[in-house]
Amino acid sequence: MPSTDTTQMSPAQPVPQPPSGGTSGNGAVDYSTNLEWSLRERIVQVLLGACALLTIGTTLGIVGILLYESFSFFLSVGIFDFLLGTEWRFAGVEPSFGVLPLVAGTMLITVIAALVGLPLGLGAAIYISQYASRPARKVLKPALEVLAGVPTVVYGYFALTFVSGVIIQGIDPSLPPLNALSAGLVVGVMIIPMVASVSEDALRAVPSSLSDGAYALGATKIEVVMKVVVPAALSGIIASFILAISRAIGETMIVAIAAGATANLTVNPLESIQTMTGFIVQVAKGDIDQGTLSYQSLFAVGLLLYIITLGMNLLATWLTRRFQEQY
Amino acid sequence: MADAKADPQRKPSSSEASSPQTSSPAASNSTASGTGNAPTRKAVPEAPRTLTPGPRQGPQPKTKIEVKDLQFWYGDTHAIKGVTMNIPAHQVTAFIGPSGCGKSTVLRCLNRMNELIPDTRMEGTIRVDEQDIYADEADPVMVRRRIGMVFQKPNPFPKTIYKNITWGAKINGYQGDYEALVEESLRKAALWEEVKDRLHTSAYNLSGGQQQRLCIARALAVKPDILLMDEPASALDPIATAKLEETIVELKQDYTIVIVTHNMQQATRVSDRTAFFYVGELVEMGDTEMLFTRPSDEKTDAYISGRFG
Repeated sequence: MPSTDTTQMSPAQPVPQPPSGGTSGNGAVDYSTNLEWSLRERIVQVLLGACALLTIGTTLGIVGILLYESFSFFLSVGIFDFLLGTEWRFAGVEPSFGVLPLVAGTMLITVIAALVGLPLGLGAAIYISQYASRPARKVLKPALEVLAGVPTVVYGYFALTFVSGVIIQGIDPSLPPLNALSAGLVVGVMIIPMVASVSEDALRAVPSSLSDGAYALGATKIEVVMKVVVPAALSGIIASFILAISRAIGETMIVAIAAGATANLTVNPLESIQTMTGFIVQVAKGDIDQGTLSYQSLFAVGLLLYIITLGMNLLATWLTRRFQEQY
Repeated sequence: MADAKADPQRKPSSSEASSPQTSSPAASNSTASGTGNAPTRKAVPEAPRTLTPGPRQGPQPKTKIEVKDLQFWYGDTHAIKGVTMNIPAHQVTAFIGPSGCGKSTVLRCLNRMNELIPDTRMEGTIRVDEQDIYADEADPVMVRRRIGMVFQKPNPFPKTIYKNITWGAKINGYQGDYEALVEESLRKAALWEEVKDRLHTSAYNLSGGQQQRLCIARALAVKPDILLMDEPASALDPIATAKLEETIVELKQDYTIVIVTHNMQQATRVSDRTAFFYVGELVEMGDTEMLFTRPSDEKTDAYISGRFG
């Protein structure tokens, strides 16, 4: 009960006391608003609203700066020269701002990572949700979380020293130590936990009544899993794929360390390349003067990256709805 | 029951439990079952709505499923304590009893669905057409193809009506005409007329009762000869229930049906024989009419007259 000023006059009143005021002499209840309470309500509401607004404000601020700086950039460089150009030289006497080599680098990394991470992640999710015994699950799930908790800088040096240094160069020492393959493979490993955990949630959300129904028709385990459970969880699985791909596109540290810094329009994974994120890191930590075209190019690339990942996330939402098998 | 973990205690309790049962079904099989009791008239199943085509009594039907000393454990919980029963062919056998009495567990043992639940254990033998379905060489997948099941809640696949029916047949390698199979199965489940124009729409657009009959059609499409139903009407309204019951009675010409129900009126309406379970034991089994009018066991009497449950 609130310790506000209820009158001491009605001690044996069993009915709940009104939140405020007191009872007048004849026992009538005072329903008038307690100003202190309503003020507190308002303050809490405003504070919580501010938290929500802050996230929107930050997003708008980032997008605003990206747009503003990119606008200056596109005043000097034609938008099609940027999007379709095949030469990327951001410094030097004769700079060229064709973004395709960077986009190709990002795509190369993403494709390699997807080829590794999506099947392994989905396989792990299917195993954990459908096959693993309880003890096995108890080991596997934390193991995946550990994998998810590895800092990307550690992954980056793992890619550089082990995958590239030991394995790839062990096979052919003439290959460049910085290459798309080692970075892509390790980005693929990095996205496994994300695919596995989101897909696993989706697979476990499939009601057991569906799989029971399939078993009762004489289906084998693999038929139940592949023809009932996985299709029913498809929307969640697709969402996990797209989120993971989006993550791979945006991954920075691993590619900055292991993929190289050569804007290179190639599909050969054994060459040194540069991704959009790798370029941004290179410029951001370099000593390029603010206001120059090279500096502004950073924002143009950032904007493009933002549009791509945003598009992927929208695609994920759309596909999720499109493939929803309701149950 | 909690003590069932200790092995020495399990043995005596199970043999103790099974001995009265081995005699009970035998007694109720014979005409002698009711004679000992004074005819008690129960208010409950006054006039069972008769859906049964043809007479109930005929030549002694042959036994389809033979359960012998069935015991089942969920972890340490001794859920079924020695059940022995014979289920006749081409009849509807109802399992009744209060919640948690083990009727669904016994049912799910009949097509080996229980082994999908981790940490469970079964003892005893179940023979279907004199073949042990738990024999080492028996494959649970083959068992379930022969013994179909319909569940408590309608559980159609999130696919079209047509694909729901063909799914089971497809995984079983059915070679014939799928169109004909779909029509035949839906007709048997009394659903054809209602859905024939929208076979390729989602099964989820059907009503609950239609979905449940679709699930029956789906089970029939695999061509089983036994159909197990686990409280198939519990999620349905009275009209859908009546329709489902009609379907069940028609199906017994071609199939042996075992139905779990907590609705005693339903048992009287659809079944030829009824088994009453109580805390993991089969208390009594006999002709439905007999069991509901002249139960030979006090507990059955108390249950069917609504004194507990």
